[in-house]
Amino acid sequence: MAAQQQLGREHQGITLRGSAELVAEFFSYGINSILYQRGIYPPDTFTRVQKYGITLLVTTDPELANYLNNVTEQMKEWLYKCIVQRLVVVISSIESGEVLERWQFDIECDKTAKDDNGPREKSQKAIQDEIRSVIRQITATVTFLPLLESACAFDLLIYTDKDLAVPEKWEESGPQFIANSEEVRLRSFTTTIHKVNTTVAYKKDSVP
Amino acid sequence: MAQFLFEADLHGLLKLDTPIPNAPPARWQRKAKESGPGPSPVGVSPMKPANRSYSSSKTPSKTPGKSGSKIQSTPTKAGGDRYIPNRSTMQMDMANFLLTKENDPAEESPTKKEQQKAWAVNLNGFDVEETKILRLSGKPQNAPEGYQNNLKVLYSQKMTPGSSRKNSRYIPSMPDRILDAPEIRNDYYLNLIDWSSQNFLAVALDNSVYLWNHASGEIIQLLQMEHPDVYISSVSWIKEGNYLAVGTSSAEVQLWDIQQQKRLRNMTSHCARVGTLSWNSYILSSGARTGHIHHHDVRVAEHHVATLAGHTQEVCGLKWSLDGRYLASGGNDNLVNVWPCTQGGGGDFAPVQTFTQHQGAVKAVAWCPWQMNVLATGGGTSDRHIRIWNVCSGACLSTVDAHSQVCSILWSTNYKEFISGHGFAQNQLVLWKYPTMTKVAELQGHTARILNLTMSPDGTTVASAAADETLRLWRCFEMDPIKKKEKEKANSAKSSIIHQSIR
Repeated sequence: MAAQQQLGREHQGITLRGSAELVAEFFSYGINSILYQRGIYPPDTFTRVQKYGITLLVTTDPELANYLNNVTEQMKEWLYKCIVQRLVVVISSIESGEVLERWQFDIECDKTAKDDNGPREKSQKAIQDEIRSVIRQITATVTFLPLLESACAFDLLIYTDKDLAVPEKWEESGPQFIANSEEVRLRSFTTTIHKVNTTVAYKKDSVP
Repeated sequence: MAQFLFEADLHGLLKLDTPIPNAPPARWQRKAKESGPGPSPVGVSPMKPANRSYSSSKTPSKTPGKSGSKIQSTPTKAGGDRYIPNRSTMQMDMANFLLTKENDPAEESPTKKEQQKAWAVNLNGFDVEETKILRLSGKPQNAPEGYQNNLKVLYSQKMTPGSSRKNSRYIPSMPDRILDAPEIRNDYYLNLIDWSSQNFLAVALDNSVYLWNHASGEIIQLLQMEHPDVYISSVSWIKEGNYLAVGTSSAEVQLWDIQQQKRLRNMTSHCARVGTLSWNSYILSSGARTGHIHHHDVRVAEHHVATLAGHTQEVCGLKWSLDGRYLASGGNDNLVNVWPCTQGGGGDFAPVQTFTQHQGAVKAVAWCPWQMNVLATGGGTSDRHIRIWNVCSGACLSTVDAHSQVCSILWSTNYKEFISGHGFAQNQLVLWKYPTMTKVAELQGHTARILNLTMSPDGTTVASAAADETLRLWRCFEMDPIKKKEKEKANSAKSSIIHQSIR
């Protein structure tokens, strides 16, 4: 079934379900990259995998991997229904609870894809190239993002449509903005059904 | 009046954070005690000891609070008769606003409503009415205690204490000479120095190239770009040391004759600045900002003989292997490509190896002089690792974390070692023993990041150019006089054997 879907993606273009899978997968690897690059978890708990033609780091910690899997599965569903608008990774200091960094992934969903059944024309390779550029940019942000001095924890926020029933294990929350922030826009990628824009906001250093 | 009392009560309830002292134990607590070490330890164990104090703190903290809610929710499921709210995850401000809002007179005009809505969208980044924000509860977060954030360790690394084992040779910690390099461009991606086999050190300072004669100490200005905005982006000596190839920001590759101090050729084929050059007898390879590598045959008029397209971003590292069979290239796209010297079947050049493990730009690329097919590469700020590869098998033989941006790697011909140049925070040169990958020495002195390294023709001295506008010459591979004599004897013995066989 999965193989069939894969074939479908390569030869027949992008379907809504295929697009949802691609974007959810990207989020999974993107979040792993952020956790590794920002040092939220010890680097030796990450292992290298080949994806999108580059080497990516994913966590080997079973609890964390499980947690991220849950999120990815849920995101897949919501992306398929086109009811999710944004995914935010919030990095805050454990001691003070202050939000230090905020990675925001805006999702624009083309709702007409739900209605027409024909797949869209865009090669798998082109999408992979775009995703690769975004992930490389995430890696490269370490050159300008301020150092995270203290131990930090992360939080995942998902902006959904108002009338969505809150599933089990999820609860409502605030946006957790950063008080005095600097924002940088990274590249975006699109599968022609879903478009993902990435921005990172970080706390402006008090010392210039 | 009653509405104020109601409000005050509400505030009181909402602000109650500490557990009520001397109160009878809650039903869930009693039930937990009865059932023994059943549900409560399950709820308690994910929590770290530190978090327990949070439940009684005044400031609601978000991360541990949720595990608190998990504890409370489990017993309620068991007891099933009370809703116990979790104050720290509730949005007090939002709740208060929404509650008190109802008491305001609904006299707003439609335009005012629109205005407020627009402000709300601007402030929150989304329409509060239309969107819900969800957060996954039950996080397994928080790396083990005692884990210090890697970045802090990385950037505050102090000088490592000297190795306990005494070095077998004396490596001077001060440079032999310090030369001034004013106006040197502080750009990681350029390759601005090279040392010729005739003992001339070529240095590109913005739009001019100077030659420094190591033996005599003489300085000659070889060339200066005509256009003021154009700068030199790379320099490379031909093996014989009589011609110098110069790459410019205007995408030209120029060939200069040192003897006559004249420009012999101006080869244009690139569309963007040429950041790196490498010679393989009469073939000059150039890497540009577009990610393309061009081969130029400098003997013929139609110099552009091949194009290698393997990088999507600037090519910053380029080195032909010493036997001329492979060309290694590193780019800003974090890839390392190893190209063969001859084209494949389709007339196209395809890399025999592509290494994607580096997480940063690969500028440091160097071939091992005593072992065939061994390549060393170093990554930029995002990566900071040095990797040794076998290009035939594609295996990564070893990796070491250098804790700092790697700008250049040079192998020593005198010792089984290699030297790497670094940036923030110590701007040091590190000598590594191969293949054990242990640090032999660290050479400090530069006050800003090192940009390039090059080696003298006799292999004893390494020159480093840094953003602090100095060139420092380090005599780190000095041969022991006794060992030197042995080496010379070995070389002469070899030549006599050759003479014998010719006869």
